[in-house]
Amino acid sequence: MDLSSINWLLLIAALMVGATPILLAAIGELVVERSGVLNLGVEGMMITGAICGFAVAVKTGSPALGFLGGALGGAVLSLVFGLLTQVFLSNQVATGLALTLFGLGLSALMGQSYVGIRPPATPKLDLGPLSDIPVLGPILFRHDPMIYISILIVALVWAVLFRTRAGLILRATGESAEAAHALGYRVIRIRLLAIACGGALAGLGGAYLSLVRVPQWTEGMTAGAGWIALALVVFASWRPWRVLIGAYLFGGLTVLQLNLQAAGMKMPVEYLSMSPYIITILVLVLISSGRGRISTSAPAALGRTFHAST
Amino acid sequence: MLIRHLLAGAAMALTATGALAQDDGEPLKVGFVYVGPIGDGGWTYEHEQARLALVEEYGDRIETVYQESVPEGADAERVLTQMALSGTDLIFTTSFGYMDPTINVAQKFPDVNFEHATGYKRADNVATYSSRFYEGRAVIGHIAGKMTETNKIGYIASFPIPEVIRGINAAYIAASEANPDVEFNIVWAYTWFDPAKEADAAQALIEQGADVILQHTDSTAPLAAAEQAGGVVGFGQASDMAEYKPSPRVSSIIDNWAPYYIERVGAALDGTWESKDTWGGIDTGMVEIGEMTDAIPEDVRQEAQDLADSISSGEYHPFTGPLNYADGTEWLAEGETADDETLLGMDFYVEGIDAEIPN
Repeated sequence: MDLSSINWLLLIAALMVGATPILLAAIGELVVERSGVLNLGVEGMMITGAICGFAVAVKTGSPALGFLGGALGGAVLSLVFGLLTQVFLSNQVATGLALTLFGLGLSALMGQSYVGIRPPATPKLDLGPLSDIPVLGPILFRHDPMIYISILIVALVWAVLFRTRAGLILRATGESAEAAHALGYRVIRIRLLAIACGGALAGLGGAYLSLVRVPQWTEGMTAGAGWIALALVVFASWRPWRVLIGAYLFGGLTVLQLNLQAAGMKMPVEYLSMSPYIITILVLVLISSGRGRISTSAPAALGRTFHAST
Repeated sequence: MLIRHLLAGAAMALTATGALAQDDGEPLKVGFVYVGPIGDGGWTYEHEQARLALVEEYGDRIETVYQESVPEGADAERVLTQMALSGTDLIFTTSFGYMDPTINVAQKFPDVNFEHATGYKRADNVATYSSRFYEGRAVIGHIAGKMTETNKIGYIASFPIPEVIRGINAAYIAASEANPDVEFNIVWAYTWFDPAKEADAAQALIEQGADVILQHTDSTAPLAAAEQAGGVVGFGQASDMAEYKPSPRVSSIIDNWAPYYIERVGAALDGTWESKDTWGGIDTGMVEIGEMTDAIPEDVRQEAQDLADSISSGEYHPFTGPLNYADGTEWLAEGETADDETLLGMDFYVEGIDAEIPN
């Protein structure tokens, strides 16, 4: 094994790029779950965002508009889920799964004429002298703008959820919809907004995949990233900054695993690949064991249908 | 004059109808079972292209049906039974994992003929077919060995199965003949198709100094990563991947199933179809080397073409001794060539590849 052949600075930079799609999707899902709604359609919203963003970027030639398009596509699809679960009171788990299947099919249909096309390149942010700083430069200051925007979004979600009145109301809805309703808050409207926000962020994550990380459109290109995002929310026990750490950890393990292999390390890589999922399972076990602080971190009304008459 | 022409035309039409009547009057119904979406840009895409070529070739004499993204296993059996029940005469099952379902369904429908890709189980109504992709890998391995400046070639592998290991060996043998200093870095992605992971794998290899990327996964993501890195070349896999011409994609291995499908459906139409095993290489047209672009130096292009020609004519075999196993013991003596059985079950690296096959 030749560990010296791994460029650790580039590895950390690659890890941030690799983690951004799941980071965006997971922080969106966190907002949704904090409002008490379980949307299992993240994969479907991501892939829809990937094709919408790709199509818009190719048509307009602007990656920025592409990202907006991706977010919009994800939001629109998530509102289908919102309409079904919040207005027509359908089962959230079943509807979320259906949304994933629907999104995969819809994106394949929309993407028929976009296979094999290259999107306009997303320019790296020019940070001038900052990017020339040794060590920190390549790690922190040579990325495309979306990396920084994704971290800003995490900060913003944290600030809104825990430092504003609106965030308090959103969390209250997630803990007890009945209580929030009794206090005069419009539970359905709050939840619909949260769902749309989650959809937009998932779509943004998908667009990042098709516009920056890969960059191209291929059917089924999210390849399970949406499910990882869902696991990540649990892993982070519904806290924004932990989602950031978790996303870099999940993304980092994949990149690290591939780098170790490329360096010729002789170890069964399957173990490294599966380790994030094992950690997630452990967190789930801890939560359902009912012991310790972590067991109380899930929003109390998560996944429960609310109707004003009950 | 005019009337005579019309009569002649009518007579010809009658003869044509007569010919059709020999094929039971009904078109031959040909079915295809695909493992991925037809828009995957690689494996399934090429099978779909071959189906379209069939339609082009035989027109009204055949009718084709296909089903995409059929999971390997029990679902495949249901799909196959359904196809056989709906009157399909010849069914192509295009992935290794359909092997047992194909055999099972074939037993129940002795009047329906089956063709299974890349498998080894046959029956009176089940034929098997595959391509000698390793011949193409030898050619691109030669180009890779000549073009690398860092002497490091990155290889993105999918699963540790004989097919993939054979490809790595064939590419390495040709590359090290072209450039004795060449070194292979192999990354196992454990997927046939995951664009993001393939891109990450390519990036990891590039960051560690590889300037040529070979891939045995199906998406174009590694080529996109090579393009972004700059100064790195790669090759199209399964499909031409022409959108990355002239560089980073400098050539490609194309799976061309059309000649085989046309031959076999032709045999079914004539009533001469019988079960057999086909393993076609460059000579049959089933393995094609995609256009070599100007990014490859003129003389290397010529050498690669000569290599492809000599493989095609049977003059040269990509596995020709002297070759040793990875531990240094002798596998093939000077001038000896590998037999098909060893190749089909290949589970070892040749000497020079400094890595271990995961199990």
